[in-house]
Amino acid sequence: MNHQNLYLPYLMTIEKVTEEAPFVKTFRLKFKNEEEGSRFSFHTGQFGEYSVLGEGESTFCVASPSTRKGYIECTFRQMGRVTTALSNLEVGDTIGFRGPYGNVFPVDDWKGRNILFVAGGIALPPMRSVIWTCLDTRDNFKDITILYGARSVDALVYKHELKEWNERPDVNLVLTVDPGGETPDWNGQVGFVPTILDKLSPSCENTIAVVCGPPVMIKYSFPVLKRLGFEDENIFTTLENRMKCGFGKCGRCNVGKVFVCKDGPVFTLKQLNELPAEY
Amino acid sequence: MEIQKKSISKASLQKLIEKLNANGRKIIAPVKKENLVEFGFISGLEQMAEDYILTNQSAKSAAFPKFEKLFSYEVTKNGITQSDSGNTEFPELVLLGVRPCDADGFTSLSAIFTWDYHDTQYTDRLNKTTLISISCSKCDDYCFCTSVDGHPGNTKGSDIQLTRLESGDYLAEIITEKGITVMNLAPELFANAPAVEKEKYLALVPSRFKAGEIAGKIKSLFENDIWIEQSLRCLGCGACAFVCPACACFDIQDESKGKNGIRLRCWDSCGFSLFTLHTSGHNPREVQSQRWRQRLMHKFSYMPERLDVLGCVGCGRCSRACPVDMNIMEHLINISEVQA
Amino acid sequence: MLEIRQKAKELLESGKVKVVIGYGKSTNNTTRAVFIRKPEDAEKLVLDESCVQNLALYLYKHEVKHFGKEAVVASLPVLRSMLQLGAENQIKDQEVIAIALTPEKKVVELSTFAEIEKHVSLFKHDLTAEEKQLLKKINAMTLEDRWEYWNKEFSKCFKCYACRQSCPMCYCPRCAAEVNNPQWIPVAPHQHGNLEWHLMRAMHLAGRCINCGDCAKACPVNIPLNLLTYQLIEEINNEFKYTAGTSASQNYVLSTWKLEDKESFIR
Repeated sequence: MNHQNLYLPYLMTIEKVTEEAPFVKTFRLKFKNEEEGSRFSFHTGQFGEYSVLGEGESTFCVASPSTRKGYIECTFRQMGRVTTALSNLEVGDTIGFRGPYGNVFPVDDWKGRNILFVAGGIALPPMRSVIWTCLDTRDNFKDITILYGARSVDALVYKHELKEWNERPDVNLVLTVDPGGETPDWNGQVGFVPTILDKLSPSCENTIAVVCGPPVMIKYSFPVLKRLGFEDENIFTTLENRMKCGFGKCGRCNVGKVFVCKDGPVFTLKQLNELPAEY
Repeated sequence: MEIQKKSISKASLQKLIEKLNANGRKIIAPVKKENLVEFGFISGLEQMAEDYILTNQSAKSAAFPKFEKLFSYEVTKNGITQSDSGNTEFPELVLLGVRPCDADGFTSLSAIFTWDYHDTQYTDRLNKTTLISISCSKCDDYCFCTSVDGHPGNTKGSDIQLTRLESGDYLAEIITEKGITVMNLAPELFANAPAVEKEKYLALVPSRFKAGEIAGKIKSLFENDIWIEQSLRCLGCGACAFVCPACACFDIQDESKGKNGIRLRCWDSCGFSLFTLHTSGHNPREVQSQRWRQRLMHKFSYMPERLDVLGCVGCGRCSRACPVDMNIMEHLINISEVQA
Repeated sequence: MLEIRQKAKELLESGKVKVVIGYGKSTNNTTRAVFIRKPEDAEKLVLDESCVQNLALYLYKHEVKHFGKEAVVASLPVLRSMLQLGAENQIKDQEVIAIALTPEKKVVELSTFAEIEKHVSLFKHDLTAEEKQLLKKINAMTLEDRWEYWNKEFSKCFKCYACRQSCPMCYCPRCAAEVNNPQWIPVAPHQHGNLEWHLMRAMHLAGRCINCGDCAKACPVNIPLNLLTYQLIEEINNEFKYTAGTSASQNYVLSTWKLEDKESFIR
């Protein structure tokens, strides 16, 4: 940020609101100060603190890819005070943004490899940024597979983009909904994400796995990947923890010797295994 | 910078206070407040408390107050305006009579507040604060500075350190540039240092354990039941964190009145159950024993590992303030003795 | 004191209880809460004038309940807290054994609420003469002086919540001050936030507080919270002839009405 006060947010205008799923919205945000906007950059995996002045701040990843300039996007589910206040805003309204914070997906290290993306529910947003970053530089990677599942067809987010990814010949998209969440015209998979992952049985050869989802999905997906032969340092995930400052000072997100806001939110399974289960 | 050794008489110290006041600096020193000794503004030496081990609360409020505005905002139909907290308005302060452990506390706090991102709320305040510590001629059973790389005559973090001699005058060690600036306000008040052994005037603080050994040991005890045993009586209040010179955890809140409001920060504690609670209801540290473990691990293992600094100065304030005698020194001795 | 140890040892040896909550020596010539689980550790129990902490709050603490059936060395405030907790359905009848002292200092084992009620009725619960004196002094102040007095005292507060955490009656898993939607009580320790916190807590304790005084003792900056509790107790007693912590089946005084109540709108 160009001002000294670390806590002073950028002012952003809501340019576009997309209703992704019940209670889930995406905001496209533009910097009110164009000069700040043109100087702003971030890397995929990073997050920000988004605020409604008077209500508070919430932590969301930057859901748009780092390859796109001029705007940033965030996707959130309405849960508590701040997200409810955000949900009530419309195009043209102003919110605050502090960021970018955190570490990044080491996309450059993945050049020449296959990428397997595994995501569940509302955890697709952090993945979306890295998926698009990879797709925007498609030639850098070999096979790209995206496995995404949600509780029901309605709960799938980024429906428009799922369609886009599905139509691309250079992406293998597998969608699934939990048993009971399918509609009569659903032609994707039916089953929990770890189950479908098992069924897919992707090769671990020269492959990076990026996994984001609710704790229960992660808990059952990691063993599948291990069984398929994936090395711990080639499995990436993102952690979330209660945050306030976003840059390692308020103490809230401290887990073991790491701060999720500074050393994360991107971690490999190898790093995760070294942490106490306090997240 | 090499420490300059000078001396200052009690009468000259009084004159120095007057000079500092005239120079536009506010002096904060230990004063008696009913049956506690706390920091308060003074204009003369006679207002300063005597015969105290240390103050009830730490001196951290000078750079990290219990509540401060981060910025203010106004929300109107035409948009939002934000105004900075006005860091240039922070007053010039002199903290007189802090103990070496208090001054060392700022070392721990600074490590956190300048880690990669420079928190100007903190650094601007600290830059305007001069620390004149007084070394300790006595200690009590709660003190354990010598077990955490500290010392009753430790000059780390102090700008000037005074050591009281038999005559009632002080040995004055000028430690930093800020100290020199203060001395140069009235150099005639400072005389040459007498040939004295500073050690002779310092309290003997028994060493109870070695902080370096604790760091290694404590990690291996993560899954041990010792945390449950030690924290059974812990209430989960924030008294220990708030009186601690090295605790920096804080909360951020917005407060609005109509269209005007402020974003503020205030002290918080990892001992509170709400500290790590997610909006979803999931709490990574659901029970007090996990939070007690976090407190000690953070201070004695994580901070040394990441920031090369201990999160404890051995002042013992936490133990004195604790309503249920969670004597941290006792717990650390316990840890150093337990078989992993 | 020896009898307390003997009683605790017997209870643990027989397996009747799994933990005895009592007082033990602490590091600086005073006492603190201890949790005895092995019969041979019963030797560590002490009972003297320094044993004043209200131990009732440990009865529902997760890690302590986890040990199994509890016994507690119960002073009068602890017993009254137990009854009040019972009245509020926080502990069940016969769930906890109280080890108490009769007015003649004889050790008795009280295992039912009825026994505790009977024991508690042997003691007086009025404010002491000293407490009444302190209350008189502050009530003699003008409204302006009292406002200034309390704001000065509360300005010391930094929201450590030691007062709340040391109180057996503050057992809400989510305190009203911890609700942020809406933010009933400002979090920050400024004048507004401190005033609202202390006054709200006092109101929530009216008719429930049994005057153990732990809140004032726990406060690290010596705010005289006991004055607030004395006032509450006097008001409740005068208005409703009601004393908290005397029965495990008494209803909450501020939400219970009787046909004989003086307010005519009830009828």
